[in-house]
Amino acid sequence: MTFFFDGHKKPSIQEILESGTFLVTGEVGPPKGTSLDEMVHHIDLMKDIVHAMNITDNQSSVMRYPSLATALVIKEHGGEPNLQITCRDRNRLAIEADLLFAYSRGVRSVLCLTGDSIPAGDHKDAKGVFDLESVQLLQLMKTMEEGKDLGGNELNEPISFYKGAIVTPEANPIGPQMLKFKKKCEAGAQFFQTQAVYDMDNFKRFMENARKIDDKVKICAGLVLLTGPGAIKYMNANVPGIFVPDNLAQEMADAPKEERLATGIRILARQLRMCIDEKLCDGVHIMAIGKEDVVPDILKEADVDITKL
Amino acid sequence: MIITTSKPFEEVLKELEGAKSVFLIGCSSCAATCETGGEPQVAEMKAKLEAEGKTVTGAGVYEEVCHELNTKRKFRENKEAVDAADGFLVMCCGAGCQSVREATEKPVHPACNTMFLGNIARLGNFNEKCSLCGDCVLEEFGAICPVTRCHKGILNGPCGGTDDGKCETDREKDCAWTLIYNQLEKEGRLDLYEKIHTVKNWQVSMKPGRVVFQKEGE
Ligand code: SF4
Ligand code: SF4
Repeated sequence: MTFFFDGHKKPSIQEILESGTFLVTGEVGPPKGTSLDEMVHHIDLMKDIVHAMNITDNQSSVMRYPSLATALVIKEHGGEPNLQITCRDRNRLAIEADLLFAYSRGVRSVLCLTGDSIPAGDHKDAKGVFDLESVQLLQLMKTMEEGKDLGGNELNEPISFYKGAIVTPEANPIGPQMLKFKKKCEAGAQFFQTQAVYDMDNFKRFMENARKIDDKVKICAGLVLLTGPGAIKYMNANVPGIFVPDNLAQEMADAPKEERLATGIRILARQLRMCIDEKLCDGVHIMAIGKEDVVPDILKEADVDITKL
Repeated sequence: MIITTSKPFEEVLKELEGAKSVFLIGCSSCAATCETGGEPQVAEMKAKLEAEGKTVTGAGVYEEVCHELNTKRKFRENKEAVDAADGFLVMCCGAGCQSVREATEKPVHPACNTMFLGNIARLGNFNEKCSLCGDCVLEEFGAICPVTRCHKGILNGPCGGTDDGKCETDREKDCAWTLIYNQLEKEGRLDLYEKIHTVKNWQVSMKPGRVVFQKEGE
């Protein structure tokens, strides 16, 4: 198999995690339209200071520039993509075809998600597909590793990705979530990126439980930048599986308006440092959601240089 | 039971624009319970259409309009009123409408929207619990259907949107995966929850569905 972008020298997520190096990933949100300048600017900012960048797939059910295309843009710019695939917008044929394409162009890791529901987004009348869901998507990738598609037909050569999945440490109730985590591990997940964690004590408890279920799978903490007290109130009230504890909410509320972003950066940097210093997990996934410009500041504040991890 | 809701009267009037006279059909089974096509609704529709200047040549509330032979028989019994009508307004489900379709060559107009196969929680309160997938998997899920009651039809546990037992799409709706978990836990069968369900065959009953009794010896 020849890859189109043979030039890249970046190690893959798999190589990093399996060598025991702490993984630091960022995230790119594709734009609504074909003017890619801002996104490319973010890619250029992040490509050498994080190991890889996730690309969201029609995030929150809002139609955007495709995640697959963005993965290629990242590669063209010398970064390492972590391709997110949801099951909301494509059936098994379309997903399989996308995986063939991604593999042929040198995408090496895929994060499997079921996807948000249609009514959450900006095409509320659309039909949600959900032919598969995250666990079955993991299984599908295993099937393709064996050189077959889901119809049982032979591929002309097998394809394989480093298979990722997500888990929600703050899920309420947590019981069903942990069983699903177990299923994802059994279905072939090799690494996890968690939904946003803020309450680090709860995250530690989650990690203990997760390690009991599977002590080999790699787990990276999802860290989302806080931007202000309004956003915290909104998230606590409206975003399932996200809980910002009182002490952090207070820290943000106490900051003067012009200091809020800096405070959010400081909080994230502190959590990042804690994950590394206390060896809580195998890596972090930084989501700056709209504020990608400050990712370098976060890493600087945390004194994290990926070449020295 | 098939759950229907009434189309707005303006929409019905628009459907009947080309018809001076109309024959009304209600259904004493599902549509009567849904209060979309029982005796009172058919009588009300008759009065409203007459007030709009339409001639109602006749009206009948049949038992199971979806039964095609039955509906054809009723049409024969009402031949005069049926023949006098320019068209038919059917106040029950889409299946009933298409049963009438088989009984006449004249225009057939739906008066209802057909919503789902529903359970009756109590009068006027209906919930969808089965979406007729053709390969029933209830056995594996504590008799709570994830195909239908999980918005995304997930077969392997809750999505990230579940919160406090409610669904991300609607805080008034239970998350099927909390219900399933609680039920299997009660039954001491959480091992079922851990089972991985591979991709579902969505074409078991390929649209349009068809079932024909096979008699012995055929
Ligand atoms: S699995 Fe669900 S949708 Fe399918 S037949 Fe059973 S109850 Fe109905
Ligand atoms: S919240 Fe529960 S019922 Fe709703 S889509 Fe997610 S798993 Fe399904």
